[in-house]
Amino acid sequence: VENVRLLDRLSSRKAALGTLYLTATHVIFVENVSETRKETWVLHSQISSIEKQATTATGCPLLIRCKNFQVIQLVIPQERDCHDVYISLIRLTRPVKYEELYCFSFNPKLDKEEREQGWKLVDLNEEYNRMGIPNNYWQISDVNRDYGVCDSYPTEVYVPKSATAHIIVGSSKFRSRRRFPALSYYCKDNNASICRSSQPLSGFSARCLEDEQMLQAIRKANPGSDFIYVVDTRPKLNAMANRAAGKGYENEDNYSNIKFQFIGIENIHVMRNSLQKMLEVCELKSPSMSDFLWGLENSGWLKHIKAIMDAGIFIAKAVAEEGVSVLVHCSDGWDRTAQVCSVASLLLDPYYRTMKGFMVLIEKDWVSFGHKFNHRYGNLDGDPKEISPVIDQFIECIWQLMEQFPCAFEFNERFLIHIQHHIYSCQFGNFLCNSQKERRELKIHERTYSLWAHLWKNRADYLNPLYRSDHSQTQGTLHPQMAPCNFLYKFWSGMYNRFEKGLHPRQSVTDYLMAVKEETQQLEEELEVLGERLANLQKSQLNGTKVKSKQQDRSKQSGLSTSSNSLANTPQEYSNDLKSFPSRSPSQGDEDDSALILTQDNLKSSDPDLSANSDQESGVEDLSCRSPSGGGCLPSEDSGKDSDEAVYLA
Amino acid sequence: MLRSSQPLTGPNRKRCREDEMLLGTVLDKGERGFIIDTRSAQAAKQARMTGGGTEPKSSYPQWRRLHRPLERGRQLQESFMKLVEACNDTSATMDRWLSRLESCRWLSHVKAALSTACLAAQCVDREEATVLVHGAEGTDTTLLVTALAQVILDPSCRTLRGFQGLLEREWIEAGHPFHLRCARSASSHARPKQEAPLFLLFLDCVWQLSRQFPFSLEFGERLLLILFDNAYASAYGTFLCNNEKERCLCKVKENTHSLWAWLNQPAERTKYLNPLYSHNPLVIWPSVEPQSIQLWQGLFFRWIRSSQHLDEAWAEIQRLVENN
Repeated sequence: VENVRLLDRLSSRKAALGTLYLTATHVIFVENVSETRKETWVLHSQISSIEKQATTATGCPLLIRCKNFQVIQLVIPQERDCHDVYISLIRLTRPVKYEELYCFSFNPKLDKEEREQGWKLVDLNEEYNRMGIPNNYWQISDVNRDYGVCDSYPTEVYVPKSATAHIIVGSSKFRSRRRFPALSYYCKDNNASICRSSQPLSGFSARCLEDEQMLQAIRKANPGSDFIYVVDTRPKLNAMANRAAGKGYENEDNYSNIKFQFIGIENIHVMRNSLQKMLEVCELKSPSMSDFLWGLENSGWLKHIKAIMDAGIFIAKAVAEEGVSVLVHCSDGWDRTAQVCSVASLLLDPYYRTMKGFMVLIEKDWVSFGHKFNHRYGNLDGDPKEISPVIDQFIECIWQLMEQFPCAFEFNERFLIHIQHHIYSCQFGNFLCNSQKERRELKIHERTYSLWAHLWKNRADYLNPLYRSDHSQTQGTLHPQMAPCNFLYKFWSGMYNRFEKGLHPRQSVTDYLMAVKEETQQLEEELEVLGERLANLQKSQLNGTKVKSKQQDRSKQSGLSTSSNSLANTPQEYSNDLKSFPSRSPSQGDEDDSALILTQDNLKSSDPDLSANSDQESGVEDLSCRSPSGGGCLPSEDSGKDSDEAVYLA
Repeated sequence: MLRSSQPLTGPNRKRCREDEMLLGTVLDKGERGFIIDTRSAQAAKQARMTGGGTEPKSSYPQWRRLHRPLERGRQLQESFMKLVEACNDTSATMDRWLSRLESCRWLSHVKAALSTACLAAQCVDREEATVLVHGAEGTDTTLLVTALAQVILDPSCRTLRGFQGLLEREWIEAGHPFHLRCARSASSHARPKQEAPLFLLFLDCVWQLSRQFPFSLEFGERLLLILFDNAYASAYGTFLCNNEKERCLCKVKENTHSLWAWLNQPAERTKYLNPLYSHNPLVIWPSVEPQSIQLWQGLFFRWIRSSQHLDEAWAEIQRLVENN
């Protein structure tokens, strides 16, 4: 469709005119401006809703909201075209079969072996070995090898030594969805562990010998403690209500030596609504501070984040400080349980704060334990009531921790944002379906590519320059400040306003410091080489030999001057009062960030837009940081010209 | 950019030829200028009853007046006190934290101050027009706006030396009544009289700028905290009295030491430098969206939360830059 306008959300004055394309996998908007031909690519999988708004004199507005919080406002001149686009998008964004998803056609031009290697990058067996298992207390069990016991669990589960197959099977019959207690994390320093399950089918008075034995087995696997905590992450009222449906929670009278604890994290429906409300606040035009703070509080979002974090802290404390094992569950043990177990593990074990370790963590507590990615994130068209930002909340908890402990993580904010992006993008096969069983049936490993391999390849973009494995912050357990701590929870504008570049610090400290680090390393290497040459020279001079001094080939200075980060920026609309006053400056042809819009221009090492526009402040100095983006830009593989030719940004 | 106090128009709409001529000298024939009045239109009008007022259009035809009400005086002090109280309340739950923060209105004041300063800067830089800033007395919100606008516009004000010069010029010499305004801080139980944290509000705004433009200020948060401390209680004479006249009468320069002299000693100075600084010759336009304005934790939670991890991060940044 031609002559479509793409509006800027913050400033309705700025609209780009161009052509809109719909392909099998993407919506693409190409600007008419001939020099730059800026392109906006959006994957259908990313689109969460499309809204046709009332036709105005200028055309028919179409609002596209994405799961990665990008909001695109288009104005299509003809009503009929708009309707066609709308109907098409409705169909395209509600795939019925997995094969319709991008991951099955995405081609990064790797051969079969590379694809396989990519999938092998994260190996959970290795991970449990790293933890120290199998050992005297824990073993691997193949009782679920054909998914015969629990179809949402993996084929390989880790259980206490004293848990026989009989006990496991018996316990699984007493647990919602057959999700019996299994190991999530084992602390070899004190034998305390974190196990996870779903709620017991206890109703008001039902009992199950094998389930009780299962919990005893967990307790016995930790000789340092004579009881275990059982943590129910639901609000007490909800758990009690479940009893009427024949489910519920563990009765301390029936299970010997447990201490039961409710933590009170709300359910997926509450969270879905909470996010919705928060996004509404983000869409307010020129909100006052009041509007914003009230709206944010009203959504309850940060309160929920804190609740998840508090649960993780409780469990980490139980394991690290008390040396007591914990069994965690919610209702079905695949949402809140996953969040809380993975937060706790990350607090406890510095390995999960490394890049590789974080991938392993997600693979372990989310992918292998059957978090319902398809239902929660809408790979396929499904029940809207199943949609909920569960993993988004977990990712945000990690960001909040990164803000409190800037040296403690090997990876940076961009890593988290890209992971979130790809959970919804369906460009890679990691987060498809609802369980390992479904993924194996679809032969995901043979037909799609692994995100982890892709991220690992580009890991230089995701490093935190402040991380040092020998730093005090990176050792041992993290101890987030407890009360008072409400103020520590910040609104994550890097995620929820990701595409509104005007909001963010224009200069990326992370990128600059990475460049500094790199240059220092290069210089140090050069220094070493020169030192060696000098030594040789001196030696040969001593020997009286004449040595022809070689031409020093200066390894190229990376050109990181001290003044390398001045970026022109434009004022936002501070006042409408100035508009009627004839402005003498040339139109605010602002230098859009190329990163605002996913575009293949990101491939170039310098930002082309800054020089192209006539902003009178553009005395822009050379930006010699490696990644030109202010942070939101993705490696452009989903924005390549042909959908077949994905290009990787080094 | 000019600053003054309000014209004494009074209820009878007095005119003053000299004042009109003075303002006339800064504009060329046919040029237009802006007046930014930091009172609401209502308040400015009411001021006439007590002898003050605004510049009437008829007498100052080349000037266009814009009203940008900024909080001052008792209200601002109370906002400050409420905020400090909220921050120190260890019993507050997450449920009510944001609304409590909102009810203090402090962040709204920060937003308003930044917006107004940006407006003044925009007049100068984008519209290439002269701007006159005044409130009532010209000693509080006026100085907030002009000083902040200069940090936004002028890279030399963002250097350590230049910033000190700015403070001397736009706050101290310009006659901000430090003695009255900073007599008591937020925790005092005594009834506030003339106290108002305008200077703190200015420092908060500068902190917001440093957060949004981490490379563009030669100094860091540490300097801002030291300035805050010294405005209220100091071993140095720099922030004493209310104006130059009083300082002369009290012989401040003869009897006390200057804060700047101490700060600028080589050993001290390095503590206040921003390791990420690199000269940015351009104007820095901050975002004043609510998401972009944050609570200055380093100040308001200074004694409540440990800054250890953040300090370590800064030390690491310093190390990385120095190694290079």
